[in-house]
Amino acid sequence: MDKALDRITLSGRRVVGGKASGEALVTTETISGWGGINEREGSIIELRHELRGQSFAGKVLVFPGAKGSSGWSAYFHMCRMNGVAPAAMIFTRLTTKVALGCVVTRVPAMTDCDADPFETIETGDWVEVDADAGTITVTKKADRA
Amino acid sequence: MRLTDAEKAMRDGEGGPAVARAMDLLIRYGEALDAPYLIETRNVAGAFNASTPSVREMAKDGFDRVYSELNLDSDDTVEIPHVVVPTCQLITGIDNENWQLQGVDPDMAELQKKSEAYQGARGINQMCTCTPYQVGNVPVRGEHCAWMESSAVIYCNSVIGARTNVEGKESTGAAALTGRIPYFGYHLPENRYADRRINVEIEVEDMMDWGLLGYFTGFAVEENKPCLTGLGSSARLEKLKHFGAAAASSGGVELYHIPGLTPEAATVEEAFGPGRAEETFTYGAKERAETYARLQSATDRKVDFIMLGCPHNSLDQMALIAELLEGKRVHPDTALWVHTPHAIRQMARRSGYVEVIERAGGVVMSDTCPSISRRMPKGVRVIATDSAKQAHYLPAITKVQGWFGSVRDCVNAAVDGEWKGAA
Repeated sequence: MDKALDRITLSGRRVVGGKASGEALVTTETISGWGGINEREGSIIELRHELRGQSFAGKVLVFPGAKGSSGWSAYFHMCRMNGVAPAAMIFTRLTTKVALGCVVTRVPAMTDCDADPFETIETGDWVEVDADAGTITVTKKADRA
Repeated sequence: MRLTDAEKAMRDGEGGPAVARAMDLLIRYGEALDAPYLIETRNVAGAFNASTPSVREMAKDGFDRVYSELNLDSDDTVEIPHVVVPTCQLITGIDNENWQLQGVDPDMAELQKKSEAYQGARGINQMCTCTPYQVGNVPVRGEHCAWMESSAVIYCNSVIGARTNVEGKESTGAAALTGRIPYFGYHLPENRYADRRINVEIEVEDMMDWGLLGYFTGFAVEENKPCLTGLGSSARLEKLKHFGAAAASSGGVELYHIPGLTPEAATVEEAFGPGRAEETFTYGAKERAETYARLQSATDRKVDFIMLGCPHNSLDQMALIAELLEGKRVHPDTALWVHTPHAIRQMARRSGYVEVIERAGGVVMSDTCPSISRRMPKGVRVIATDSAKQAHYLPAITKVQGWFGSVRDCVNAAVDGEWKGAA
């Protein structure tokens, strides 16, 4: 992790290549695909989830990983087809569900960061993900104002 | 990721465009996992059917379009060849015999039949169940599989000792055309040891007991790998099926060991191998009672709908339900649907069980379940089920109230129209 010019840079491993940036949407709770998201709106619908009702469309989604049904990838796949996928995904626990989901959502995705993304990234921060270079650059929302 | 010459040839188009798209997806997926290579599989269980409204639009462009997009993640439509390894269809949304009772419109029912014919012509076996291991797809110990369906994956890994991760629609679609899947996770022997321990201090006897223990286990260990002790060695297919489905619903359990019962661990030492229990939990009368209370999401005792058979019932479960219903009549305000694979429904019919259930006013449903289809009889407000998995998902998905209990409590509720179950 590197702190310079009010920006924080994390290094990590590329899961899916590419570059994207957007506002962060952060949750420390795992996400269900089938039964957990609305694929037409790109929003979280799971009853007791802390992000229930919030949209991840166009955001940089920061989350621990996937849970629930094996339909995880299919639901994020449909989000892409419906134009409501996240701009990028950053997660901490690698499983087949989340990896396949990122692959078919076809957005830059990273894991194995050198600093805890939940300590460094907050909802509303501006996040640039360069998965090819293996870097995540965070501009804190306080510094954006 | 290292590729063999045969895999490079597939990638480069020697097997035709669909195989090339399949290999491209597997390479992207394998690299995402940081897998060292692909492993050969000859056992694929996936979801290929076009039985949901969102697929209907896409199916207007033909079933090759559906497979290309949803099972291969391919932007262009490629002609789908015959599968190269044994492949089966898991549970779907529509029962081909009872679609009218489900409230399915005739066009969707017709579309599903056409989709099945398309798949059959390409060698995809139409098992149409969440329990392929009950109707002929029984891997051997150590076999590398590519399966979807969390309740089937946990059974495959734990009870059979075969090896699979939780795959998805796209990876199973690609595996069917290439016979490959990334070498990752549960395919590696070193990832198959337990890392949590559950000491069971009470008797765990009937199906409800096993469902409760499974639901507790998932909450306790989340996605980790439990070793359970104190259980004896008498549990058979049905109980382990219920246990696993529950543990995969409340948590993300994909592998467990019961020393002396499941095949990869004769002893506790073997279950943990070089590792150890990072956490230990106790399951006693208090935990059982808390789990039972946690599964009840209903307050209204008048029940409209009884759902049995999640995961799909075995023939012995069908026989028991017929025995419990013999000479009785389902309450006029209550519907009873019993779910079983269509192959077992045929055996149950030959054995007379279907006739007994139908004479009592019940329906024997195959190919689907209410959580997958999101279809129930009209106007249902309160359900009862013998399945911890269904009691977990159905109220969340369809906003009904749910009672969970034993198969006896459920059959009694069907007859009385009222829930009187107890822990």
